[in-house]
This record gives sequence, C-alpha cells and structure tokens, in this order.
Amino acid sequence: MSEAVEDTGYNPEAGILKPPVTNVGLVGWVRANLFNGWFNSILTVVTLWFLWKVVPPMVRWLFLDAVWTAGSEACRDASGACWSVITENIRFILFGFFPYDLQWRPLIAMFVLFGLLYYSQDRTHWKKSLLYAWILGLFAMGLLMRGGLFGLEPVDSNKWGGLPLTLLLSVFGLAAAYPLGVVLALGRQSTLPGVRWICIVYIEAIRGVPLISLLFMSAIIFPLFLPEGVTINKILRAQVAIILFTAAYIAEVVRGGLQGMSRGQYEAAESMGLNYYQTMRLVILPQALKIVIPPTVSILISAFKDTSLVVIIALYDILKTTKSVISDPEWLGFSREAYLFVALLYFLGCFSMSNYSRRLERELKTD
Amino acid sequence: MNPVDTEPGTAATEKVPFWLDAKKRAVLFQAATLCGVGLLGYYLVSNVLTNLERQSIATGWSFLGKEASFEIGESMIPYSAASSYARALAVGALNTLLVAFVGNLITIILGTIIGIARLSSNWLVSKIAAVYIEVMQDIPVLLQLFFWYAIFYETLPSPRQALNPVNGVFLCNRGVMFTVPEAHLAHAYMGAALVLACVAVWAVRRWARKRQDRTGRPFPTFRVSLAMILGFPFLAWWLGGAPTAMDVPELQGFNFKGGLTMSPEFFAVVMGLVLYTAAFVAEVVRAGIQSVSKGQTEAAMSIGLRPTMVLNLVILPQAMRVIIPPLTSQMLNLTKNSSLAVAIGYPDFVSVANTTINQTGQAIEGVALIMTVYLVFSLSTSAFMNWYNKRAALVER
Repeated sequence: MSEAVEDTGYNPEAGILKPPVTNVGLVGWVRANLFNGWFNSILTVVTLWFLWKVVPPMVRWLFLDAVWTAGSEACRDASGACWSVITENIRFILFGFFPYDLQWRPLIAMFVLFGLLYYSQDRTHWKKSLLYAWILGLFAMGLLMRGGLFGLEPVDSNKWGGLPLTLLLSVFGLAAAYPLGVVLALGRQSTLPGVRWICIVYIEAIRGVPLISLLFMSAIIFPLFLPEGVTINKILRAQVAIILFTAAYIAEVVRGGLQGMSRGQYEAAESMGLNYYQTMRLVILPQALKIVIPPTVSILISAFKDTSLVVIIALYDILKTTKSVISDPEWLGFSREAYLFVALLYFLGCFSMSNYSRRLERELKTD
Repeated sequence: MNPVDTEPGTAATEKVPFWLDAKKRAVLFQAATLCGVGLLGYYLVSNVLTNLERQSIATGWSFLGKEASFEIGESMIPYSAASSYARALAVGALNTLLVAFVGNLITIILGTIIGIARLSSNWLVSKIAAVYIEVMQDIPVLLQLFFWYAIFYETLPSPRQALNPVNGVFLCNRGVMFTVPEAHLAHAYMGAALVLACVAVWAVRRWARKRQDRTGRPFPTFRVSLAMILGFPFLAWWLGGAPTAMDVPELQGFNFKGGLTMSPEFFAVVMGLVLYTAAFVAEVVRAGIQSVSKGQTEAAMSIGLRPTMVLNLVILPQAMRVIIPPLTSQMLNLTKNSSLAVAIGYPDFVSVANTTINQTGQAIEGVALIMTVYLVFSLSTSAFMNWYNKRAALVER
C-alpha cells in the first residue's frame, strides 16, 4: 500500500498531492528563477555565455598568472596581474613619507583605531567607560603619530600620509560633522528667523558647490583669512573643509527626521513642562536620529569616499601615495593593479559601514 | 505696547525678568547670533584685505579681459592662447556642460536598465545587478576616473597601430576617432527641424490629451511623435541637397586628422561618472518601481486597459513621482562630480579656473567664480524641482 502511495504521490489519508518533481528542489528552483518564459531563458543563456567569456580570463589574470612578490622585470614578462607593485611598495603606499624606522607607530595607531571601532560596534558596550576609552585612544593615537612625549621622536605632520591620513580625515571628519550637522538641522527648524536664515543660507550654499571648490578654498584662500604670522597646517585646513561640507549634508538628512516627527511629540513634551533643550535631547532627537540612520550612513559613506579628493590639493592620502608609486618609472604601466588594490580597501570600508547600518537599524527597531 | 496686555496680568508679566521672557530672549538670542556671525565676517574680511595688500595681490575682475596665454586641449568654440581669460572660462564652462549633458543622458539610460535588471525575476541577472550596484557605490568616483584613464592610456596602442573595430572608427591612446558627415549647411537645417519637431510633439501631446479628456477617443501619440522626430530632420536633409560626403579620420604623422576625436580625458571622465552614478540611479529607479503597489496594475487591468496603457497611464506617472526628485539630485551630483575632471586634465570649468588662479594669483575671484557657476546650476535645478513637485504632488482629498 505504501508503494502505491509513493507511485502516485497521493496520500489518501491526508488528501495531499505532492508537487511534481520539476517544481521542487534544484530543478524546480532553476525553472522558477532562470527559465520561466522564453525571454528569461534567453537572458539566462546570454548572461551565462557572457560570464563564461569574462570570468575565467579575469581569474587567470587576477590570480593564476599573477606575479605576487617578484620585481618589476618579472612582471613585464608575466601575462597576469603584477601584484608586486603593491607588495614591493606596501610601506610607502600605507604610510607615505612617515620616517621609515618609525612606521610601527602609525601601524599601532591604526590597530588602536580598528580595535576601538570593533569594540564600539556592540551596543551593549555603549557606556561612559567607552567614551573614556575613546578619549584615551585618541590621545594615544595622536601621541603615536606626533611623538614628542615619553621619548618618542617628534614627526612633523607634513610627513603624515597614506592610510593613516585617510583614516584621520574620515574619522575626525565624520565625528565632528555629525554634531555640527545636527545643530544646523535644529537651527534650520528653529522658530527664530535670524538663526533659521543663517542655517538655510549655509546649508544650501555648501550643498550647491562641489567639495573641490571648498578644498581649493582651504588650500589657497584660507591662509588669507588669518592674521599675519598665524598659519594653520594644511591637513587641518582640508579637515575643516571636509567637516564643513559633510555637516551641510548631514543637516539635510537630520531635518528629514525632524520633519517626520508628529506634532504630538512636541506638544506632549511641552505639556510635561520640558524646555526646548530637554525636549530635543530626551524626546525628539532620539527618535528623529533613529529613523534617519540609513540616509545618515550613506552620507558618512560618501564622506569617507570623498576624502580621496584631497589628492587634488596634493595631500598624500592613500590614493596619492599609490599614484606616486605608479608614476615611478620602474612601476610604470601597472596602474590597474594599484588602483584595484586601493578600490578594494575603500570597498571594504564602505561595505562594512553599510552592513553595520543595516544591523543597527534592525536592532533599534522598536515596532 | 500691546493693547491686549493691559489687563490685571500685566503686573505679573512685568515682574518677569527679561531673560525669562520667551519673546525678549528670542530677540536677544538672534541679535547675539547675528552679531557673532557679523563680527566673524568682519574679522575675516579685514584680515583678507590686509593680507592682500601686504602680498600685493591684485583684486577685481579686470583680469578677465586680459590675454590668457595658455592652450586648452579641447574646445567647442574657437579659442587660442591669444584669447581672453573670459573666453577661456567660457570654454571650460561649455566643456563642463558637455560632460554633464552626455554623462547624464547615458547614466539615466544605463541606470534604468540596471534598476530594472535588479528587479528581474531572473535570479542571475538580478544578482549581477545587485553586485554591480554594491561595488560601484563603494568605490570613490575619483579613483574610478583614474582607473579608466589608466586603462585607456596603458592598454590601447599608439596611433600607428590603432585598433579599427568598426569601419571608420579608430581606437588608440590618443582617443577614439569617429567618422562624421562632412560639414554642410543642411546639417544646420536638420538641427532646426529637430527643435521644430520637439515643439510639434509637445503641441500634439497636449492636444491629444485634451481631446481624450473631452471625448475619450485616444490618439496614437507615440507613433506620430516618433514619425515627426525622425521625419522632420530627414526632410530637411533631403531638401538641403541630401549631402552624403563623410569626414574620415586619417593617420598623418603621429596622430589622426579629420573626423571627430573623443579624447582619453573626456572618455575617462564620462566613463567614470556614468558607471558610478548609474549605480545610484539604478537604486532610485528600483525604489520608484517598487513604490507602485501591485493593486494598481490589477485595478488598471480590471477596468480593461491594455498593457501599454497600464504602463503609460497608471504605473509610470506614479513611479515618476517617486523617481524624479532623487533622480534630479543624482544628476546634480554627476554635474558637481564632473569638477573632478581637473584631476586627470580634462579642461572643464574648475580646471580652467585653476589655471587662471595659478597664472593671475587671484584666488578669491577664481574660487568665487567656481562656486557661483555651480551654485547657479544647483539653484536652477532645485527651482525646477520645486516647480515639478508642486505640479506632481498628490492632491489629497
């Protein structure tokens, strides 16, 4: 009897008809997702053919035929990618002109930063002690980069470069732009016309111009703003330009969140006798900032990518150090490998940020 | 002062010190802010003036009329090193507009295709689109410009060994050379005819919609529009003597002469900007299409509309309302990012202004020009957006 049931796929007790074998399992999945209809079938075949044409040669170029550690002569003979342009110059690409013997210091500083970032991503660690840890960490990083205390040899900030510079511009840029952006957003929503108009003009003017023009301004015009004899370091000036630029974008995103709050929230806070500062800090901002996490993160990601623009005002961030390696006659012609390497670094940074934002959004969901 | 306030309560309010009176405090606070901003501005301006005087940097706009004495690689209007700075800047602005126009056009087409591919029921196509979007969004656009420029320079042969993939097109590290029809008066007529056709299409669509609203009879707008857009220029070409002479690029010495040359810089700028921005446009398009609920399609079909009408009359108008605002901001982003062309030597507005700054030393005027030009782009775009939003906004019951 059981055999008969197997044959027809029909179980009289349960009254269930098993689906035909072509609708389930791997075959079923392929039919439903790749070959449903003539158009999709053609599309699948064309795509597979295209992948077959592109992927194997690509893998061969990227890995199989690639040269990993040999010198540039070996590279010119090989048919694959020349990754030795990276491995042979890795210390210059990562640290720029930082004194060769002292490069362990930025390395440790970066590890401290990554460690702090990794530790901070868990929300259960968000306590006062974390704040102190960050202050301590920033101090340690500054000390490692700058030197001059505890017998560390001082290093002029003109020699900072490579990945530490990119991270410095990004982390400080984001950390300073965020609160400034929130303040600007509150200013734009303010009932005081004087404050509101200043904020509107600032936000719209900054958003209307490319970051390059601000960087030019920081590089060429800003020195003119200062009284005679006062000079500000070039890195700091670029940093300020990045902060001012990013803050305007963050302000617009936060304004979206503030406008998304219902009037009832303000009225409820007012009826409890909270003043403006308390209303914002305890009621409005926690909710408003939460709903704008995804757009905020995309602003942060573009700010991270935009730090690469300092190349144009000749700061040696990681893109600039890479560019100067491949303009060395010995390594001329291996730009693709070098750029792919930098692209990979940026991709990892941005990808982990966007993943983290998705996780945070999930965790903070209250409804 | 206020007549309503002359009540018993006045005595109480008068006792309130001014720092606890919300209105007075507001005035005071704003006055303080404005004073602060004003003082900061005054301080900076006075510093600038003393510094300019001390370093004896010229000010004012008289440099615009002087001879620029630098060459510009590609120009849409006649330009030589003897032309004025004003003309050089105009060349740069036109080049920026060209990149913005070409880039935006290709970006919208490519972004729409990728956005639709992302929603495809074909698993493979959808995944490839997803990977493209994620990867391209996460790589700085400047790096992409460098990358394409390097690819062009390092992989393509010199003009003597130029690749010739299609008859009349040459590929080498000096650029891409196309065969174009030789200059003829008829081509100007064709351009005028195209403009005329666009106006006619607009008028016909308006009339057709009015007639359909009045009588319910549809008009084959699409076919008529297509016929006019193709037919008018063709007619102008035929009436203008039907010129068929072609301008073929030819190798002379070390480079090609004749034809239309697309420089490596232009190629890299457009390629980098398009591939980068298309990833963002794809997300915008996807979100727009997903925002129209399935019920809309079903409802439209249940009242007997044909599939093309469902798309044209029901789906697209609703999807466009969601798509247009972020799409405009992406187009504006592309325009602003075209300023990165300065990094690979394409003579866009920022690049020309930068050269001008270096030659004249008038940094303030130069940066102010850059900012003004881009602000004009941005503000006119947002003015258009506000107008569109007002027109397209849902009229709620």
